[in-house]
Amino acid sequence: MATITLLVNGSQLQAEAAADESLLSVLRNGLGLTGTKYGCGEGQCGACTVLLDGKPVRSCRTPAASAIGKKISTIEGLSRNGSLHPVQQAFLDEEAFQCGYCTPGMIMSAVALLQNTPNPTDEQIVQHMNGNICRCGTYPRVMAAIHKAGGKGK
Amino acid sequence: MTELEQHEIERLQYGFAVSRRDLFKFVGAGLVVGLCAPKAFTQESGAGFRGESASQDVDSWLHIAPDSKITVFTGKVEMGQNIRTSLAQQVAEELRAPLNSITMVMGDTALTPFDMGTFGSRSTPQMGSQLRKMAASARELLLDMAARKWQEDRSKLSADNATIISQSGKKIGYGELTGGQKLVKLIAQDPSLTPATQWHVAGTAATKVDGAAFVTGSHQYTSDIARLQMLTGKVLRPNAFNATLVSLDSRAAEALPNVRVIRDGNFVGVVAPDSEQAQKALSLLQAQWNAPAQPSETELFDYLKKNPEAEGGGGFGGRSAHIVGSIETGMSSATKTASGTYTVAYIAHAPLEPRAAVAEWTEDRLTVWTGTQRPFAVREELASAFHLSLDHVRVIVPDTGSAYGGKHTGDAAVEAARLAKAAGRPVKLVWTREEEFTWAYFRPAGVIEIKSGAKNDGTLAAWEFHNYNSGPAAIQTPYNVPHQKIEFHATKYPLRQGSYRGLAGTANHFARESHMDELAQALHMDPLQFRLKNITDPRLRAVFETAAAKFGWGKQRARANHGFGLAGGFEKGGYFATCAEVTVDRNAGEVKIVRVVEAFDCGAVINPNGLRNQISGAIVQGIGGAMFETVHFVNGRILNPHFRDYRVPRFRDVPQIEVELIDRKDAPSMGAGETPIMGLAPAVGNAIFHATGVRLRSMPLETKKLASK
Ligand code: FES
Ligand code: FES
Repeated sequence: MATITLLVNGSQLQAEAAADESLLSVLRNGLGLTGTKYGCGEGQCGACTVLLDGKPVRSCRTPAASAIGKKISTIEGLSRNGSLHPVQQAFLDEEAFQCGYCTPGMIMSAVALLQNTPNPTDEQIVQHMNGNICRCGTYPRVMAAIHKAGGKGK
Repeated sequence: MTELEQHEIERLQYGFAVSRRDLFKFVGAGLVVGLCAPKAFTQESGAGFRGESASQDVDSWLHIAPDSKITVFTGKVEMGQNIRTSLAQQVAEELRAPLNSITMVMGDTALTPFDMGTFGSRSTPQMGSQLRKMAASARELLLDMAARKWQEDRSKLSADNATIISQSGKKIGYGELTGGQKLVKLIAQDPSLTPATQWHVAGTAATKVDGAAFVTGSHQYTSDIARLQMLTGKVLRPNAFNATLVSLDSRAAEALPNVRVIRDGNFVGVVAPDSEQAQKALSLLQAQWNAPAQPSETELFDYLKKNPEAEGGGGFGGRSAHIVGSIETGMSSATKTASGTYTVAYIAHAPLEPRAAVAEWTEDRLTVWTGTQRPFAVREELASAFHLSLDHVRVIVPDTGSAYGGKHTGDAAVEAARLAKAAGRPVKLVWTREEEFTWAYFRPAGVIEIKSGAKNDGTLAAWEFHNYNSGPAAIQTPYNVPHQKIEFHATKYPLRQGSYRGLAGTANHFARESHMDELAQALHMDPLQFRLKNITDPRLRAVFETAAAKFGWGKQRARANHGFGLAGGFEKGGYFATCAEVTVDRNAGEVKIVRVVEAFDCGAVINPNGLRNQISGAIVQGIGGAMFETVHFVNGRILNPHFRDYRVPRFRDVPQIEVELIDRKDAPSMGAGETPIMGLAPAVGNAIFHATGVRLRSMPLETKKLASK
């Protein structure tokens, strides 16, 4: 166990971490940021997606130590002063979820997509989001929400 | 190591753990209204409980606080199917109160009345109508109270926006009417309900009442719950199913700081302060298991056919087979006959939130948070595992990361409780994805055999249908057939199996609707016309006609490698028809679903937004079972317990989906979480046949076979 300092959602936070502990584990267990979800621990489902210096990563496959010194963004840091991030708002408006377990990971992946591609095509969304599983099958609504947040919505 | 002490199993006692006093402690002053079955209602309306604990007769509660906030108590649970919202809408409607004034307390065995569980699409038809009755009765009661208070004619009063209004201009809020007292009223009357044509809140596309908690990540699922002093638990899994533990060397694990190993018979688990340490301890355990030889996937269908369950083999769950007329007579009167054998594989629910539980003991009382569809059954499981009376066990179900029929049992709850008991501290246990894919239960595999006959005019003459192991749900044919023999055969089976969204409805519709296409082909009839010729039920006709019209059935130009198929049926009060368009790459043996249209009728629609979400989601989930989901297993071991080799539908697999709702204001509202999944596989199979002339008779559809045929 060692104490590490992580820059999460703009704050320097200290946590105890084992040598090879995943970022997901440190976020959830060390820092109590449980919005980021465990779905597989194998990099296969996207439920654990967070942004590292703006890039989406699977936090379950990212050693916490490798995130030191980088900007970590999680679902908890998206809304500002009580107002939702446009992607969160679009997910809410389109009700792009059922059980909601995939939602934080979906939203973080979508935020990353829209940063680089503000008006993605369907194919670009599919390409970028294919690693995020929604077992409830809400993909069409997620697609609509991303279009909406990207300014293409009706 | 700790051994479980053996005690005599105490007699289980049913009942509602919360006394009137406790209830008010939870909700504060105000008016509590309970709806109970008329037979249990032995005192006059409003006289109060028959003693403190007689409340097991009460089916549901409602509390109106002095500030007019309303709390409803129901044993149902929310797992994505949207009943937290749709049930609240129904209460708001009948109570004439704003939707946002209603809070649903769900799935907490200490606070909510007993409930069998959330499955079988029963929440809407049963709990929904119960809550509507309760809310309507409460509204009538409030009108009575206001009439008495004002000494006014009851017929001059009306209820709106949580307020009673008199024609004389007086107004009083519901909360104010209760006057800060603690009032309890039991109701057994059958109030008149608001017809669907006059709904204002029910029937509208209200958004999820707590949607914001999901997009901000603040909703706490079971695995997000933390308790003071909580430890992390892990369970050592055997190397194969049905294995027994021969030996265990736990010295290395126990040498780790702050680690405990708990062994109890075949159960071995560890607890540690955090998951890293627990995982490390688990990996240091040296166990030897002894597993029997077990059937493998290669012999699965043979095994099911050859191993009938000794008792209660035929019939529907023990009842006798469904026989109408005589199959022999029917077959000999037919001019065209067909026969086919259809198979369905074992598949996994794979809910994105794996099974999890947090268990906490306080002396001999146990509280467990866990995502289950059956909180009261899990309470019983826990009570019996730890020899407790039911009122010493509380199960709380946070809104769950879905279940699809896969979370009926309390495995994780029992395991966490066992570890917490030994540790003397709260324990959280979260199954890994591999555990979820291995130690949960599966949708049953099955073999279905059909023989049928029809006359030249397209009327069905004979229908013989045998289902081995997959299940009897929706086994009856919705078509008119004068001679039928329909039988479910319970068999021995190699994997732990249980309920799944729609149960065997998907398998039975896959076989039946594939076979109907085969008959249509034999008769040279259009598949839609052939079906309509044999249907009298107007609602079933209507879904077929609606879906076909929207899809453009029969109007599509034939194109190379494009196929169109349809399928339909009804189950659990819901009628569906699904049309699918596919493109086929024959050489690669690949099929792409391009477009799906589904028409659905489940009576009066309570929330079209939530309903569309359910139907579209069911179609997407159905793609998995239709196209690629299969549990591979050899000799008691699962070979593909990961998302990388158990393929589930992803963005790339999603076709254009169009949902047509038929809103029947005159028909009772029925559930919709399950039935919409049933049409996809047969519609796609039929579309593949249309494109290629090759009939695939297995779920998942073995499209690779197209390359060789
Ligand atoms: S939990 Fe990280 S990808 Fe599934
Ligand atoms: S909403 Fe349930 S997994 Fe996506």
